[in-house]
Amino acid sequence: MAASLAVPAPAKGAWLDTWLDAAPVASGELALVQQRGREALRQQPIPSSRNEDWRFTDLALLQTLPLTAAAAASAALPEVASGALRLNWNGSADPLVDQALPAGLQRLSADEIAQGLGHTLAAAGCEQHWPVELNHAAAERVLALRITSRSQVSLELVSAAGAGLQALRLLLLLEEKAELDLSQWIEAQGSGLHSLVIEAHLARGARLSHGLVALGQADAALLAHVALEQEPESDAQLSSVSSGWGLARLEPRAVQVDGSAQTTLRGLQLVDGQRIADTHSFVEFKGPEGQLDQLHKAVAAGQGRSVFNGAVRVPRAAQRTNAAQLSRNLLLSDRARIDTKPELEIVADDVKCAHGATVSSLQTDELFYLQSRGIGADQAAGLLQRAFCEEVLRELPAAARHWCSLERLLEAAA
Amino acid sequence: MIRPDAPVLLEIRDLHARVEDKAILKGVNLTIRAGEIHAVMGRNGSGKSTLSKVLAGHPAYTVTSGSVHYRGENLLDLDPEQRARIGVFLGFQYPVEIPGVSNLEFLRVATNARRQEQGHEELDTFAFEDLVRERLKVVQMDPAFLDRSVNEGFSGGEKKRNEILQMALLEPLVAILDETDSGLDIDALRIVAGGVNQLANADNATLLITHYQRLLDAITPDYVHVMAAGRILRTGGKELALELEERGYDWVDQELAALAAEVA
Repeated sequence: MAASLAVPAPAKGAWLDTWLDAAPVASGELALVQQRGREALRQQPIPSSRNEDWRFTDLALLQTLPLTAAAAASAALPEVASGALRLNWNGSADPLVDQALPAGLQRLSADEIAQGLGHTLAAAGCEQHWPVELNHAAAERVLALRITSRSQVSLELVSAAGAGLQALRLLLLLEEKAELDLSQWIEAQGSGLHSLVIEAHLARGARLSHGLVALGQADAALLAHVALEQEPESDAQLSSVSSGWGLARLEPRAVQVDGSAQTTLRGLQLVDGQRIADTHSFVEFKGPEGQLDQLHKAVAAGQGRSVFNGAVRVPRAAQRTNAAQLSRNLLLSDRARIDTKPELEIVADDVKCAHGATVSSLQTDELFYLQSRGIGADQAAGLLQRAFCEEVLRELPAAARHWCSLERLLEAAA
Repeated sequence: MIRPDAPVLLEIRDLHARVEDKAILKGVNLTIRAGEIHAVMGRNGSGKSTLSKVLAGHPAYTVTSGSVHYRGENLLDLDPEQRARIGVFLGFQYPVEIPGVSNLEFLRVATNARRQEQGHEELDTFAFEDLVRERLKVVQMDPAFLDRSVNEGFSGGEKKRNEILQMALLEPLVAILDETDSGLDIDALRIVAGGVNQLANADNATLLITHYQRLLDAITPDYVHVMAAGRILRTGGKELALELEERGYDWVDQELAALAAEVA
């Protein structure tokens, strides 16, 4: 029997092993986390379409991306809003160096980080998710902040990066009745992978308004987990907008640890060309009288693909939960694709849980009405598309709203 | 106002049109000169609304033969937006609600599209606000409606007033008003009709499509046309509308039957 002379195909995930082998030795405050993350990645298979949670979302793009540390880049954004603190945050340098922190905003101590890091990820059931382990393996630092009781803070986090890997890890502790407006900008200015893991713990009566705007390009990927742990009477709103990424996967996860809190999720993703945007959300009520208001929107053009999966868990303890989830999708081309799925698991019997999904193209009657007033077909389509997106954009915190013009989103999408 | 020497604005010749596979218009002939007000009446299904949509260029309707000229130009060659820009206006029977598009922005974009075609300067936000506030008076409309989404949550009467406001801003030469009186109470009808009367002048023309005499009590037509089975069956003065009101449409059926017998 003649031996085959063909070079064996690299094993699936060889790119990941190569990166892990070449990664610098774990060090610093996250050394242990890094080591565990790297071990986990060596053992876990890379998610594939065989996993239900990744059925429609192919990670093949990742193996083509440069994974050396990305150079920081500057984002063209308007001036920082008055009263807000803007941090340029690239995951490797300390963004708080030489910064005077406003009243109410404090850096967490090493002990507090050791105690708090991973807590919310575990509560939200995602500490072993592959994208989270990837962040564990790569992130060199954690930005760890406390918003003290009854104070109000406006924070802007800006992360623009050139080619390569940017790994961002954020830990937020909001004390009782603390309020935080967080406007966050992530921008790929070169081919690469952007990994984001955020944990936020909201104590009783705390309020978080988080707007995440992520602009990518066709040869860049975003893998993001935002985990929220809410005590009663807290109010968390996460509004995310993504456009332009070859692959974007966003997982907002909220757990109301004792119910009686308000969670508001808003999402908008734009895909064109052959891009994929995937939002997998998860909300769990562990006590009674919790509220969820969720609206997810997608615009798919070209051969773009949009995926939404909205899991809501209402166990027996979560009586009188009031949850509403709506997925609305605009399909602008015959070759684009939308997959949307609610995933409601309701055990409690005295609850209101509404869900709905629509997929449509631009309405002929609306287009004709605008055209019949002299507005050209393209401009009319643009107005309707703007109206569709505006419902989410207007709910971003003020700074993020100011950054995020629809023109810029559409430019990134195409 | 009938002036035989006034320029012809709209000339419809033997117009046939269908929607999907169904023929609706079967040979419409109509000439409209500057200064004239025409009313087209007829039963449901007679083709009145189809005529208005074909003139405005609705994509669901296909013209199979015949011609329409607007000031000598072949209207059927033009996209809906181009027809609007050169001065053809359709007031919708059911104005469309467009959530998320601000009424003010919509009106400004539309007005500027028309102004650009006329060779006028585009109006910036401030100049446009001045203009729109002045034109609101034509239909006694509350400025608060400008801040809402286009027609969203408007009552029937508010929607129709918004249509006439658009007409006041766009200053068309031919305004086709498709059942503008439907769904209006007496007060709203008076306001809407008052708006149309204010806007009518010696240089433009109005084509009213309606079921009822009551609109024609408020807007006096120069010509009344009775439409049936996709054609204009009879044309007369305003007295024809009164005759219809009195006699109903049964005689139309008889005339149609007689016509059919002649053809056979």
